[in-house]
Amino acid sequence: MAIKMIRDVIRDTIDEEMARDDSLIMLGEDIVGGNGAPGGPEAIGGIWGTSGGLWAKYGADRVIDTPISESAIIGAAAGAALTGKRAIAEIMFADFIGVCMDQIWNQVAKFRYMFGGKTTCPLVIRMPYGAGFNAAPQHSQVIHQFVTAMPGLKVVMPSTPGDAKGLLTQAIRDDDPVIFLEHKALYGVKGEVPDGDYVIPFGHARQVTQGDDVTILATGMMVGFAEKAAAELAQDGIGCDILDLRTTSPLDEEAILDSVERTGRLLIVDEAPPRCSFATDLSALVAQKAFASLKAPIDMVTAPHSPVPFARELESAYLPSPDKIVASAVKLMSYRRG
Amino acid sequence: MQLSREALIRAYRQMKTIRLFEERLHDEIALGEIAGFTHLYAGQEACAVGVCEHLGPTDYIISTHRGHGHCIAKGCDVMAMMKEIYGSRDGLCKGKGGSMHIADMNVGMLGANGIVGAGAPIAVGAGITAKSNGTVSIAFSGDGACNQGTTFEAMNMAVVLKLPVIFVFENNHYSEHTGEAYAVGAESMTARSAAFGMKAIKANGIDFFSVYDAMRELIDYCKAGNGPASIELDCERFYGHFEGDPQRYRGPGELDRIREERDCLKTFRTKVTEAKLLEGAELDRVDAEVSDLIDRAVAEAKQADRPTPQDVLQDVYISY
Ligand SMILES: Cc1ncc(C[n+]2csc(CCOP(=O)(O)OP(=O)(O)O)c2C)c(N)n1
Ligand SMILES: [Mg+2]
Repeated sequence: MAIKMIRDVIRDTIDEEMARDDSLIMLGEDIVGGNGAPGGPEAIGGIWGTSGGLWAKYGADRVIDTPISESAIIGAAAGAALTGKRAIAEIMFADFIGVCMDQIWNQVAKFRYMFGGKTTCPLVIRMPYGAGFNAAPQHSQVIHQFVTAMPGLKVVMPSTPGDAKGLLTQAIRDDDPVIFLEHKALYGVKGEVPDGDYVIPFGHARQVTQGDDVTILATGMMVGFAEKAAAELAQDGIGCDILDLRTTSPLDEEAILDSVERTGRLLIVDEAPPRCSFATDLSALVAQKAFASLKAPIDMVTAPHSPVPFARELESAYLPSPDKIVASAVKLMSYRRG
Repeated sequence: MQLSREALIRAYRQMKTIRLFEERLHDEIALGEIAGFTHLYAGQEACAVGVCEHLGPTDYIISTHRGHGHCIAKGCDVMAMMKEIYGSRDGLCKGKGGSMHIADMNVGMLGANGIVGAGAPIAVGAGITAKSNGTVSIAFSGDGACNQGTTFEAMNMAVVLKLPVIFVFENNHYSEHTGEAYAVGAESMTARSAAFGMKAIKANGIDFFSVYDAMRELIDYCKAGNGPASIELDCERFYGHFEGDPQRYRGPGELDRIREERDCLKTFRTKVTEAKLLEGAELDRVDAEVSDLIDRAVAEAKQADRPTPQDVLQDVYISY
């Protein structure tokens, strides 16, 4: 076991997989940095520090710095993946998915099905996402709700360094396209990372805390918020069963339903706005398949139905928080059927 | 072209306002006073001002993530801009957008933009309006943004529709950490624009007069119904890509050199004083006035009303 930050785990995992598989390539803006500039290549190694040293080690044919051209980045990664390579494409901020949505949605996600199962597309699209930096409406968003809704994509949202390694390794080795979402606020989070080959299969939630009173479902930065809330709730004798879903597609339905059947109460924490979202999807799942075990209405702590605002006060009011989660859990516990 | 004294002083004041606005932000950001990502425009003042001095409120511009200079040059209120950057509810966009999204439709400023390459297509639409008004629409883009498919589409559509749109490419030689020499595959941005079928020229972005004169020609050309045009401005940015950028892609001594040899404000001062168009003392007076304005803007921004949680759902037309 090593103790590492998520940003270093991402870099090291790509490094290990590139060493293991010569067919793996990587593309993105400034993932090398300094090309065509006086400082020379590798002046930066990715603005998130997730690709430092890879260009020097694997060369410009495998670690490919691109112009600012998101459509062509995804298209090129997809074309390479269709023709014998494995590819990792980095979109610098998940918000920029808007620029390359056709390549993701109409191309990458559909190849296998539309071509009658005759091809696969081993492509990982890495996208840093999320709020918390006052980066304003176009650099703060979550996008898991859209991509989870798209048949043909797998969607991963790690929240710990260990999970980042196991899930990224799985994503790279997977024969199908994977959207790999890295919360910007979690890059600096440190934790234990298993050494050597470490793969976490998709579709398995991680049990974060165990409790008998309220099931809390969360992903990404919301997992830590839920843990903080659970620690506070524990002092009042409220036990939280927190599941970090880790992959939104495939989804670990079994773990969710098992937990709700035990606790009878469901609280979903989601950084997305509340309509047509991952939270509403989970809510529908439980309403359909575990209705009889519910002791209270399902509750959701989400962002409001608005863009992510810039000012500090506005962004913190916008985001879910441990306090909001505590309030929701207390409300669920005090619910009495009328 | 011969400018009046008033026009010269006005142009200098605009450039100086941008410079001091940005220099002050650089200091305030270092103190942790300002949230979010800020991209400073200092170094490129002659571009924004050389373009916008030709424009009125019904001419349109659209800007980039590096937008403060374009905003000031187009006439956005400096006090309200500063408040926006500080996240006040009295800011130009009520603290919702911040540095990267300053806009003011009343002065024809269609917004700074956080998405690289998003501006040019919108400028084409403003060009449709401009055509019916007899005005022009300007898309500011960088050497990085020129590589987006959106920019290519916008250029082609403006040619097809013969719109009075001017694509202004500010070539500061970097897109974030990557050099223009690597990322622009064509011989030059100008050659590429020309290949789209529009009039395409270059000017010296360090020299206000070079930009100003070239823009006069292009605006007249576009207003005469000839369709769009493009101009590439060779310029420098004096700070990092964003505040906090370690700038390891720069060469040794590069920043000192460009600040010494390629400063558009110094160039302007030397030109107008040597040609005896203006006295140094007049320019010094402008410097003092602008410095005072920026001091006031910062002091007011720090005291200005803060947004409240209820403001999150203001200007959302449907909420749940
Ligand atoms: C669609 C999109 N891709 C990438 C980015 C990240 N980004 C912001 S500014 C920038 C560089 C832009 O370079 P250029 O157009 O030359 O403008 P400059 O920064 O030099 O003013 C990049 C890559 C973005 N904001 N939007
Ligand atoms: Mg540039």
